[in-house]
Amino acid sequence: MFSHRLSTFDANPTAVFAALGDPTRLALLARLSDGQSRSIASLSDDAEISRQALTKHLRVLENAGLVRSERIGRETRFAYQAEPVKAARAYLDQVSRQWDDALARLRAAVED
Amino acid sequence: MTNAIEKEIDLKAPVERVWRAISDHVAFGEWFRVKIDGPFVVGQPATGHITYPGYENIKWEVVIQQMDAPHLFAFTWHPYAIDPKVDYSGETPTRVEFRLTPTATGTHLVITETGFDAVPAHRRPDALRMNDGGWAQQILNIETHVQS
Repeated sequence: MFSHRLSTFDANPTAVFAALGDPTRLALLARLSDGQSRSIASLSDDAEISRQALTKHLRVLENAGLVRSERIGRETRFAYQAEPVKAARAYLDQVSRQWDDALARLRAAVED
Repeated sequence: MTNAIEKEIDLKAPVERVWRAISDHVAFGEWFRVKIDGPFVVGQPATGHITYPGYENIKWEVVIQQMDAPHLFAFTWHPYAIDPKVDYSGETPTRVEFRLTPTATGTHLVITETGFDAVPAHRRPDALRMNDGGWAQQILNIETHVQS
């Protein structure tokens, strides 16, 4: 029922959830989740927001560890990082299972 | 509801019975596996210790937010705050709600836990809400996409 939090997620789980709680950033992650790194120019091709806004969203994702950036020449490229998403998912699954167990005991307590 | 864990269960027991099992600190502690120090009071913290074997020394603490008998019970807490070495007080708490509705066979109980991204769902503009299964589903979608 109880087990320790995932250490990779310990650093800042709130930042991960907050970063995921935005449709623009989710769309960016979905775009990047094929594993290809992309430049801001490439990511802004089909986005309906300014490059400035796009950069801001990418920095939020980067600060939460969801993307990694690297500078190649004059260009910054962004790549998807799977680990925090897996940890977030595992964390929610654990909280969810904990509720399932508690509800089974509640049922046993009130039904007789 | 988005940004939430939601659980629904149909119980073959009257609403009043289920309400007692949730709102009475002794009854609550029995199924939640926690020994609680005193009765639940709205606006006040409730403290205790986990009774789950192996975790008896872990402190349990919530703040009771709402008690509208026999339909709504709500508290805030730090979910899963079970590592004694970690100070969870700086984290934004999540809100847990128990909603009870009478049915022909007993009680329909809905439990929601919200606030994992530290922004309460009711304060978020509509434009920011996910309407296709929530962001938890989005996480799964992304992960599935990555693994395929």
